[in-house]
Amino acid sequence: MAYYAIQQILDDAAARGLPLWETILEEDLRSHQGNREDTWNTMARLWEVMQETSRTYDPQDRSRSGLTGGDGARVQEAAAQGKLLGGPFVQEVIAEALRTSECNACMKRIVAAPTAGSCGVLPAVLIPTAKWEKLEDQKVVEALFVAAGFGQVVAARASIAGAQGGCQAEIGTASAMAAAALTYLKDGTPQMCSYAFAMALNGLLGLVCDPVAGLVEIPCVQRNVTGALNALGCADMALAGVVCRIPADEAIDAMGDIGDKMPSELRETGRGGLAATPTGKAIAEKLLSPLSEETI
Amino acid sequence: MNLFDILGPVMVGPSSSHTAGAVKIGLVARRLLGDAPVQAHILLHGSFASTGNGHGTDRALVAGLLGMEPDDLRIPKSLELAEDVGMHVRFGSVHLRGAHPNTASLSLKSKNGRELQMVASSLGGGRIQVCQIDGVTTNFSGEYNTLVVHNQDQPGYVALVATVLAQHNVNIATMQVFRETSGRFAVMVVECDQPIPRDVVESLEPVHGILKVSYMNVEG
Repeated sequence: MAYYAIQQILDDAAARGLPLWETILEEDLRSHQGNREDTWNTMARLWEVMQETSRTYDPQDRSRSGLTGGDGARVQEAAAQGKLLGGPFVQEVIAEALRTSECNACMKRIVAAPTAGSCGVLPAVLIPTAKWEKLEDQKVVEALFVAAGFGQVVAARASIAGAQGGCQAEIGTASAMAAAALTYLKDGTPQMCSYAFAMALNGLLGLVCDPVAGLVEIPCVQRNVTGALNALGCADMALAGVVCRIPADEAIDAMGDIGDKMPSELRETGRGGLAATPTGKAIAEKLLSPLSEETI
Repeated sequence: MNLFDILGPVMVGPSSSHTAGAVKIGLVARRLLGDAPVQAHILLHGSFASTGNGHGTDRALVAGLLGMEPDDLRIPKSLELAEDVGMHVRFGSVHLRGAHPNTASLSLKSKNGRELQMVASSLGGGRIQVCQIDGVTTNFSGEYNTLVVHNQDQPGYVALVATVLAQHNVNIATMQVFRETSGRFAVMVVECDQPIPRDVVESLEPVHGILKVSYMNVEG
């Protein structure tokens, strides 16, 4: 069995004198009789694909619905012209979150992290951090092990599916995973990684999944920016020594509990929240499938 | 659950259930048909029907029928590619009572005249369930090497199939037996640990009372 508690990962790492990433990797090998080199290479490949996705971004691409495309480039251009408030690093995080999420909406290749709808959050913080901090690929791959190991606990205790737990389970989990990864990259302690993770999850508790017309576009693409910036803020707080009073595992349980209480309208059915606004409904109507119904 | 259920899969967007899972459904159908389909009639149910267009579910299903994996960059162009290779595809929507919201029904015909009717659901995260083969209820994932045998509903066929697999050193992981409601025939779904050799199929096909043998190996 893989880990069922973040605290268990921290305790194991301390007891065995191993870094977080290696503790997580070894537990995965143990529970799946995996091969260390293959597992490492698979993770390294995910980091490669994340960068590839960003490189293949084309501002001209539009999603099938025509609702998504070009915004990553818009932010980058405005940043270059000095029109924006955030500093260059923050601007890059915003642009990157949009680029990857737009690629997803435009049917390009992405890494589900943990889902396709939340695929922009991790690359949004990892790609700029690797560049700014001049990190070796190896270090980023280690951070991905930390992110995946912590994310696995969410999947085991709560859920990472919007249809089950709302957007807090998708963007919330992605943001928490990203916060832990960032804290690790900046040499935060395992405890700091856990605090960053918990704070990021807490900040997005209650977030509902209300995609307009049921598509992974509105508000999903922009919520990837929310998730990425939240991760950045929480990693910085943890690195500064700010603690989270609610332990990560209890935060995960709270998230699961809130998900269970969420009405189905707000869990990826496209029937509540933004999807049920007059504009949301009008967009859905316009996109309604032209297929004619047959009976068999 | 392993780490790559959390990070990954690598896939073409926008949705693991509506896109990646749909590719997988097409791919499993192609493998079970045993050949490239030349005709495909695809009916979409539930959320597949209502949001399939925006999620590229139609393109994803056809991409799978063309033999593509969920991370293939040609998925968005699959309808055009199908036309190029002479695959005729027709889409419609359908209401299947009690079916999972993300379900498709595929009726396929290959060049050499083989036919397959399959209903499958996309369960999330790219995982699928094959719920029906030629009108008979089934339940398998397409994650294993799978042998599907249609036979007359009489004694001896299960033992025969198990024996032939044993002779070829193929270990059975799971085995399910289903019966068509009218009792005309039965369907056996055997998931195996080793790839199913062509020989197994060839020794079963001529057996009196075996009506159809389909199989798929996960590595191509």
